[in-house]
Amino acid sequence: MGKFILRRIGVMILTALCLTFIVFFLTNLYPNLEKFAKTQGNFRMSDEEVATFLNNRGYLQPTVTKYGQWLGVLPGYVIEGTDGKVRARCAAPGQPIEEAPRFCGVLQGNWGFSTTIKEDVGGIILEKLGLTGILMFWVMLLMVPSALILGVLAGMREGSRLDRSLSTFSISTTATPEYVSGVLFIAIFASSAVGLKWFKGTATSAMDNVTFENFFLPVLTIAAYGMGYIARMTRASMAEVMTSQYIRTARLKGVSFPNIVMKHALRNALIAPFTVIMLQFPWLLNGVVIVETLFNYKGFGWTLVLAAGNNDIELLLGVSVISVFVVLVTQLISDIGYVYLNPRISVS
Amino acid sequence: MNKDALSWGAIIGQMGIQFAPVLILLVISFALSLTFKRRLGLYGKLFDSTVGMIGLALVLFWVFTAFFAGVFDMVATHNPLDQSAMMKKALPGTPYSKLIGTPDPDAGAYYLLGGDNLGRDVFSRVIAGSIKVILIAPFATVFAFMVGITLGLPAGYYGGRFDTVLSFLSNLVLAFPVILLFYLLVTPEIVQTGIPVYMAAVLFIFPLVFLVILWNSRYHTQPMKRNVYLAITLVIGLWVYLGMAWDADPLGLISVPPNVLVVFVAVVFVNSPTVFRIVRGLVLDIKTRDYVAAAQTRGEGPWYIMLWEILPNARGPLLVDFCLRIGYTTILLGTLGFFGLGLESESPDWGKMIIDGRRLLSANILHIAIPPALALLTLVLGLNFLADGLREESLRD
Repeated sequence: MGKFILRRIGVMILTALCLTFIVFFLTNLYPNLEKFAKTQGNFRMSDEEVATFLNNRGYLQPTVTKYGQWLGVLPGYVIEGTDGKVRARCAAPGQPIEEAPRFCGVLQGNWGFSTTIKEDVGGIILEKLGLTGILMFWVMLLMVPSALILGVLAGMREGSRLDRSLSTFSISTTATPEYVSGVLFIAIFASSAVGLKWFKGTATSAMDNVTFENFFLPVLTIAAYGMGYIARMTRASMAEVMTSQYIRTARLKGVSFPNIVMKHALRNALIAPFTVIMLQFPWLLNGVVIVETLFNYKGFGWTLVLAAGNNDIELLLGVSVISVFVVLVTQLISDIGYVYLNPRISVS
Repeated sequence: MNKDALSWGAIIGQMGIQFAPVLILLVISFALSLTFKRRLGLYGKLFDSTVGMIGLALVLFWVFTAFFAGVFDMVATHNPLDQSAMMKKALPGTPYSKLIGTPDPDAGAYYLLGGDNLGRDVFSRVIAGSIKVILIAPFATVFAFMVGITLGLPAGYYGGRFDTVLSFLSNLVLAFPVILLFYLLVTPEIVQTGIPVYMAAVLFIFPLVFLVILWNSRYHTQPMKRNVYLAITLVIGLWVYLGMAWDADPLGLISVPPNVLVVFVAVVFVNSPTVFRIVRGLVLDIKTRDYVAAAQTRGEGPWYIMLWEILPNARGPLLVDFCLRIGYTTILLGTLGFFGLGLESESPDWGKMIIDGRRLLSANILHIAIPPALALLTLVLGLNFLADGLREESLRD
């Protein structure tokens, strides 16, 4: 088991390095840098001015070098610019070059500086992750139990009318992307044209103070999309368990149906959905981006859109490191959990 | 302009008239299919399941709509790009009028579903949006399947280092949050660098490779027949390939605008790793069967076994996934539009229309966001129901 986890972590680090390098490469392509220079400097810069601007700030070094500096395995650049000013990657504003540390990258805990929000990337990400964490917590709290209940109810009598209607319902929720269901929810529950006005159409106020009124719609929107899939997995695994030998034995023994479902079937039926729930995290991440944009909730997904839209390289890298990390860790947990929960599978 | 606005009943009636050719064709195709359903194989069996029939009806509805709108210019009432200052945020059923200039005499008399914030007809824009989706989503899915199958078959069949490397690469792409990937790939700046063209050059070669191997593995004992098939495939394939990927069609017939190409490439790129994983898993399962062992004993080549023994036996799950994946691709296209990526600012795109209408929901203007949302919903729902019907019927075999 230990060796398995170690190997998985090795692959995970390799994956994370590859992915961040891809993001780094794509954001550092020359047209992107040119756009960046023009938004930072001014829009009427000539091509030569753009080149000197970028060169003075170390952007025209080879991509691998820049990546090493960002990661913190290569010493940060010290460049004497054409304007006579010496700039160093690691020097804080106002700090003399000589006193600046040699290495400053992610490994040293320095995530860089966001050019759109004008703050340290590390701080921004922590704050935004907190906000999104609250959202995710409520999503999970709504999604997982309702999905499991739906799946178990549908799967305990396969082919029954209840099964058919619940299955159709879960197909419909998976077929409704967040931007469609969100808009429909807002139109029905939040606008005065329909007249219900039960909830608020934006979640901006939920950043300070979460209430049922301002937070239910975004949570419902994300949960609805993920719910159908988990419910279908639970149904499939429940239906399989219900046809197995030991359930038949219990039935013939005269155990009552609710008892069979609760005591005998449920535990085994929930192994497969566990991995699916963990693997839903990357999908939830997508949902979070859409829903945070839709409901104007300034969390992690909103930051991703902001950073990507403005080619804010270091913020975007920070965001992608975190999201890739979330994806990989949940994959690892789901694998380990699967092995742990299912005694029939062994790693060696 | 002294015409009155239409009531909701009249609007629905008018829409029925606009959709008449679509509905007639739909009824005809259903009547024919129901009559001959015993002779139509799996497609005919679909008509035994209610969910499958509903799904098929929804999908065919949009396919026919796109067909009539795109080929005969029929269903829509107005030009989707035509703006009218009089019609800004007009309510559904408002009579069509223009502040400046004379209205187009061929255009309909009413904005059936109202006007958007620039005074364009919402109904016509939804119809125009369907053309794009129906054109791109199935083709992108076919390409993703070609890539996934061509790589997944040998990965599952041979295993070993080839499989390890490809699985690692596909996990790499799958670990990317899709929206981040879109934001990185589908920008005008990336189009400038030419990366989408190179990606297209790599991804679009797979269908060609697939077909060449397919013919060669089957007919290599009959060189005459093989050469004819290969020649036809290569001539047509290379022609389409040059036109689509490199925009260098010698006849100048096939060309894809760069912003459509980048969307297409991004969608294929996101979908193919999942297809790869599904195919690989199916091959791992099927290659232990007796008929594969029989073919091996017969001395058949590995590609013959993969393409003519294993692949046909994996068709059920692949067909179901194909339907689901078209739906997912439609969702992805909507997502791209939602974030305003990869399209001209004016073009009618369901995702773009939804986010534009979203901004007016708080002002209680619902008719701009709801129609495209319902259009996308019904199409994806139809595809999912269709997939469910297919799954049920193919399991029954």
